[in-house]
Amino acid sequence: MKKIDKERLLLAIAAPVLAIVVSFVVTALVLVATGKQPFDAFNIMFQYGIKSDSQVYILDKATTYYIAGLAVAIGFRMNLFNIGVDGQYRMGAFFAAAVGGAVTLPSFLQIPLIILVAMLVGGMWAGIAGVLKTTRGVSEVIATIMLNAIATSVIGYLLQPGRLGHLDAAQTQVSTEPLPASGHLFNFNMGELNGDVYGFIVIAVLLGVAYWFVLNRTRFGFDLRAVGQSESAAEASGVSVKRMVITSMLISGAMAGLIGMPTLLNDAHQFGTEFPAGVGFVGISVALLGRNNPVGVALAALLWAFLERTSTQLEFENYDKEIVGVMQGVIVLSVVIAYEVVRRYGIKRQQQKVGEELAAQAKNKQEVTA
Amino acid sequence: MPPALFPRGECAIKASSPNAVELHGITKRFPGVVANHDIDIIVRRGTVHALVGENGAGKSTLMKILYGMQKPDEGTIIVDGEKVTFHDPGDAIARGIGMVHQHFMLADNLTVLENVVLGSEKLYGIGGKARAKIKEISDAYGLGVRPDVLVEDLGVADRQRVEILKVLYRGARTLILDEPTAVLVPQEVDALFDNLRELKAEGLTVIFISHKLGEVLSVADEITVIRRGTTVGSADPKHTTPKQLAELMVGSELPSPETRESTVTDVPMLGIEGLHLSEIDLEGIERIVLDQITFTIHKGEVLGIAGVEGNGQAELVEAIMGMLDPDAGRIVLGDDDITHAPTRKRREDGIGYIPEDRHRHGLLLEAPLWENRILGHVTERPNSKGALLDPSAARRDTERIVREYDVRTPGIEVTAASLSGGNQQKLIVGREMSHLPKLLIAAHPTRGVDVGAQAQIWDQIREARREGLAVLLISADLDELIGLSDTLRVMYRGRLVADANPATITPEELGSAMTGAASGHLEHGDDTGGEDR
Repeated sequence: MKKIDKERLLLAIAAPVLAIVVSFVVTALVLVATGKQPFDAFNIMFQYGIKSDSQVYILDKATTYYIAGLAVAIGFRMNLFNIGVDGQYRMGAFFAAAVGGAVTLPSFLQIPLIILVAMLVGGMWAGIAGVLKTTRGVSEVIATIMLNAIATSVIGYLLQPGRLGHLDAAQTQVSTEPLPASGHLFNFNMGELNGDVYGFIVIAVLLGVAYWFVLNRTRFGFDLRAVGQSESAAEASGVSVKRMVITSMLISGAMAGLIGMPTLLNDAHQFGTEFPAGVGFVGISVALLGRNNPVGVALAALLWAFLERTSTQLEFENYDKEIVGVMQGVIVLSVVIAYEVVRRYGIKRQQQKVGEELAAQAKNKQEVTA
Repeated sequence: MPPALFPRGECAIKASSPNAVELHGITKRFPGVVANHDIDIIVRRGTVHALVGENGAGKSTLMKILYGMQKPDEGTIIVDGEKVTFHDPGDAIARGIGMVHQHFMLADNLTVLENVVLGSEKLYGIGGKARAKIKEISDAYGLGVRPDVLVEDLGVADRQRVEILKVLYRGARTLILDEPTAVLVPQEVDALFDNLRELKAEGLTVIFISHKLGEVLSVADEITVIRRGTTVGSADPKHTTPKQLAELMVGSELPSPETRESTVTDVPMLGIEGLHLSEIDLEGIERIVLDQITFTIHKGEVLGIAGVEGNGQAELVEAIMGMLDPDAGRIVLGDDDITHAPTRKRREDGIGYIPEDRHRHGLLLEAPLWENRILGHVTERPNSKGALLDPSAARRDTERIVREYDVRTPGIEVTAASLSGGNQQKLIVGREMSHLPKLLIAAHPTRGVDVGAQAQIWDQIREARREGLAVLLISADLDELIGLSDTLRVMYRGRLVADANPATITPEELGSAMTGAASGHLEHGDDTGGEDR
């Protein structure tokens, strides 16, 4: 038994490591093909990535990506592909910023209010896809992609002066009304040169713990995982699959609503055209690479932030920063393949092991097992 | 079924031609199980050769080996006198071996012609030549296939003929038919058998897999019996009775499921009244799957339902489990009306469920055994306390189930997928019994289970019944049904058409009632059976 467990752990780690190694090799080949020095490029990335201000940047970015990864992972554990995390995130962040800018309450009310609005809006936006899936059989992939597009239009419409938009002093930027000071979350000051680590990182860690606990230690989590593994078996076991689809979409969307909170509460304090886009899609990559595991997703988020940070430096050194995009793409591609390969190998391997052990047992007992 | 109308023995004419297929010493091991060992079969050209055996005897594995879907660990395959090794079905087709699967593999939105040429466009193109060829084959063997009809407009029997044509189109001279009659009604079965005789008359060879003895005796020229993974004998259909064949198939050492001393009480446990359910099928026609089903199971009673698969048994089970919502009628468990209650409530109220398809409805294959022990009982102790799981208690209890129900496994952390079918089933039985159900729904509880485990499962059902358990038993194994049940009902096309006393009825009599030939109360020895010998 011990042996099987250890092997399982090894296999679990093997896949992402394999994927990352492959992607480095492929990237190196691409660099060589374009007449560049691959190891020099990697060296630049590494050297730049471990500098203190880079580390702060990476932690901040990773906080956002981690929450995005969790939002996607909740869907994945259910066998739902919530590709609309990006739209849910932007809708959540936008309305949270609008509400936060419109009222002024003491901090201990203001911040929870903003967070709550973000979760509600994100959850409702995802819930539309959940309801469409359970009542009309619309694939959640299609529905959430459409909702992403609608989210862009809705925000574009509302984010205008006279509606929910607000023109800044220089008359160049439109954003929501800036949050009052009571809506600013604490930061960890890392020194003048290095910048701040977002205070929201604490909440992100708690979210990771909650994610693990709910999935692995509660009845609800068991039902959710059961549906993800076999819808028919879950149904027969007494789970209402339809209700579970809607519930998990709501939770995934609420989590997606939180993605914008580090940026909003710790940094920008308003939602404008500058607000990062596409974070939801990063979440998909991060969840895939992290294997929906709370620790794995954290490592993947850090890796993603690291790659993003170091890509800027590559440009200064006369490399194309797009090379990092190639790397990220190859990681996602190979991670998907590697997991499937390792998964199949693992099942087969375990069947063999069990067979062998049973055969050995049977021999010891001098009896025939059928 | 009127098998006696057809002469048998045309095969003798071609006795001198070489054998179409020979299998020698075929052995195939799966983890923890030997699916086939030392199989020897000789199939002569131009015959219908039946391969019979119980569910789980190893017929399908053997045919997958012959069709190149699995590689044997030992043994040789000889086709037309030549030793061959198949790496995939393509190799088998190249050697003239084709397979018609139990579940049709047709694209509904394409025409018959398109389905037939799909993947074999190189043979005769996709146009006029292909159509002519299809016509030619269809006429030659009397298949009556219309090339330009959409498959979605075809009924089951027609689809099956398209499948057969597909195989012939690819040049097959030997056809493997896997349980071809399972989905057909009796008249369609007769038509299929006519087609098979046509094929045979043209010199083609048919390997026919079945566990229905009457059909086998009516259509086959030769019979090979498989039991527990190996060939145990062959029979000449002209000189064999269904009883002899059944004995060969089941073996005399089979533990008897007999349970005679009655424990039936007069306290109703499950009451079904006028249950009605209709479905819209693929052709868009409303089909009644459950029609005015009414019965009562008392405490300590085993009610057995006999019937050819697909006559509504699965839907009945799903309606009682709450997975299908009936259109009309009432389901009463004890004193509670549970007609529209959610599945979880029913389980908590004491319905245990041994599903027909354990992979689809009973297990999470990639989850460890202890999580599978939780499945279906997540709200009950020892699996959870309040809203939280109790993994350590669940693990301990899984250890106990593994011990008490003799689940052969190296531990409880292995995935359910790594156990053999019999051990998976023992785990399910152990899990359901551990929650002391008031009503057990057992659908094919010993399907694919080895003989030892079978006896054990029967013992457990019997023991629980003594303590007042009510059981709804659905099985294709007539001996199991007759042996375990206190009351028998026959289900045919969604209705309970007949009842019988298991103490006096024989499998043959029950079997004929299952084809719809008899109804009402079946008395032993009366002539409702429609038997031909």
